[in-house]
Amino acid sequence: MTDLSLSNQAIAGKTVPPGEARALRLPTQWLGVAPFFIFAIMFLILPTLYLMLGAFQNDAGEFTFENIAALAQPSIVAAYWISIKVSLASSLIGAFAGLAIAIAIVRGGLPDWIRSATLTFSGVASNFAGVPLAFAFLATLGRLGLATVLLNTLFGLNIYAHGFNILSFWGLTLTYVYFQIPLMVVIIVPAIDGLKKEWGEAAATLGATMAQYWRMVVIPVIWPSFLGTVILLFANAFGAIATAYALTGSSLNIVPILLYAQIRGDVLHNAHLGYAIAFGMIVITGLANVFYIWFRTRSERWLK
Amino acid sequence: MKAGRFWAWVVFALGAAYFFIPLIATVEFSMRMRRGVYSFDAYKVVLGDARFQATFGYSVLAAVFTIILGVLIVVPAAYWIRLRLPQLRPVVEFITLLPLVIPAIVIVFGYIRMYGSNSPLPFLATDTGTNALLVIGYATLALPYMYRAVDTGLRTIDVRTLTEAAQILGAGWGTIITRVILPNVLIAVLSGAFLTFAIVIGEFTMASLLNRPAFGPYLQNIGANRAYEPAALAIIAFAITWGCMSLIQILSRFAPKSANRPN
Repeated sequence: MTDLSLSNQAIAGKTVPPGEARALRLPTQWLGVAPFFIFAIMFLILPTLYLMLGAFQNDAGEFTFENIAALAQPSIVAAYWISIKVSLASSLIGAFAGLAIAIAIVRGGLPDWIRSATLTFSGVASNFAGVPLAFAFLATLGRLGLATVLLNTLFGLNIYAHGFNILSFWGLTLTYVYFQIPLMVVIIVPAIDGLKKEWGEAAATLGATMAQYWRMVVIPVIWPSFLGTVILLFANAFGAIATAYALTGSSLNIVPILLYAQIRGDVLHNAHLGYAIAFGMIVITGLANVFYIWFRTRSERWLK
Repeated sequence: MKAGRFWAWVVFALGAAYFFIPLIATVEFSMRMRRGVYSFDAYKVVLGDARFQATFGYSVLAAVFTIILGVLIVVPAAYWIRLRLPQLRPVVEFITLLPLVIPAIVIVFGYIRMYGSNSPLPFLATDTGTNALLVIGYATLALPYMYRAVDTGLRTIDVRTLTEAAQILGAGWGTIITRVILPNVLIAVLSGAFLTFAIVIGEFTMASLLNRPAFGPYLQNIGANRAYEPAALAIIAFAITWGCMSLIQILSRFAPKSANRPN
């Protein structure tokens, strides 16, 4: 926030003419953006800061690290760990599958309508999350789901007897992948489009094989946006709660569900521990996004 | 190239299978309510449910207010930054990205603690206040999408010339925004609006933690208690999302394609 007030002064100094105009013009200059900043500060920044400060306070309002230290109890660590695992697995699977599909529809020589149909569908599927997505997967891979029943009757494969459960780590990961892949496709297709045809021709002229072209041109160019998108997918999965809650109830103890239970009923019997959990979530998604922005600025050089 | 095309088809077919099997399974499951035959009974039960109508109506209304609030906040800010305060762009872009960094559950947790009945701004003390807080929360969720849509729209028109022309003709700021700028970015605003609608209509976390009778918590409740109705609801929700995205695509055909003068 200090940053903001600094730029504030800088702008005021630059644009406002000297003399009496200062008093008259300064407010109107800011009137247009005032609603935005008031809204952002009141309903985005202050509530978050309130929680972050609360994470470092005890009931008496004194500064303490106790709440952060209390995060180290086994049940909370387990919740963070399974959340990180689900987010990581779903973002990596989603990223590689999404990349493969993107390359297939952009460079694979498939008919044009497949490309536009895939992109349209990706736009829909990346927004088809939350509770309804959980219903769809219960109808598919639940105990009575179509895929479960068909695998059993056609191939005699009872996936539940082999240890699969939709209410588990892999069940949740497989469900999250449904919105992760399309998100990857939507973001990475422009990056692949950005690969100029001339680069391929230049590489061929210089005698590069297809493998060399991919290894030395395509992958280095796509890499930053790919990695950046992986991180975005990670943060996307890490904060999601509705799908998991509708799918598993509270049987799979991921961080957002733990925080949800804490907000509803103080299950941890310590209000400030709830703040600490929220703080931990912000730290993880925040770190992820710092990397994302870093990778993005690196990738934008190539996409002009 | 032949082999490449073969693998492209394989990848596409695998992807299509992964994405269509759950949809087919859900449709099939939703029609199994009557024993032995396929029927639309589950849809009839769902659509005839008074709670479905009430919660869906509530969420539609919340979405409409969210869109109005989002437009009121985003359009003047994005316009003003293009016109007068380009120095602020990085700050504003950073803020609009925050809702992607801060999970919704954390934002609403902050609201519950900051705007409770005993606070200076007791939003949660009244029903109207809580409804307002839900709309505000939804507006923060939609902020990244709304801002990007409007900013992209503004990029394709020449904001400065339009504004100066309007000023020369004697228009005030209100007239300029409502009668010159807004009509020019209307398509972008509508795209943002439909995306907002798709995000908000089934939203669960905020509505549930603020105890609002919205569609998302209703969906969750049905999912926990019924067998076939959830599948029917999933198909309805998918159709709504599909509808919103199709409208955005159709709208994008009417949008001006290139920047007249990038600045």
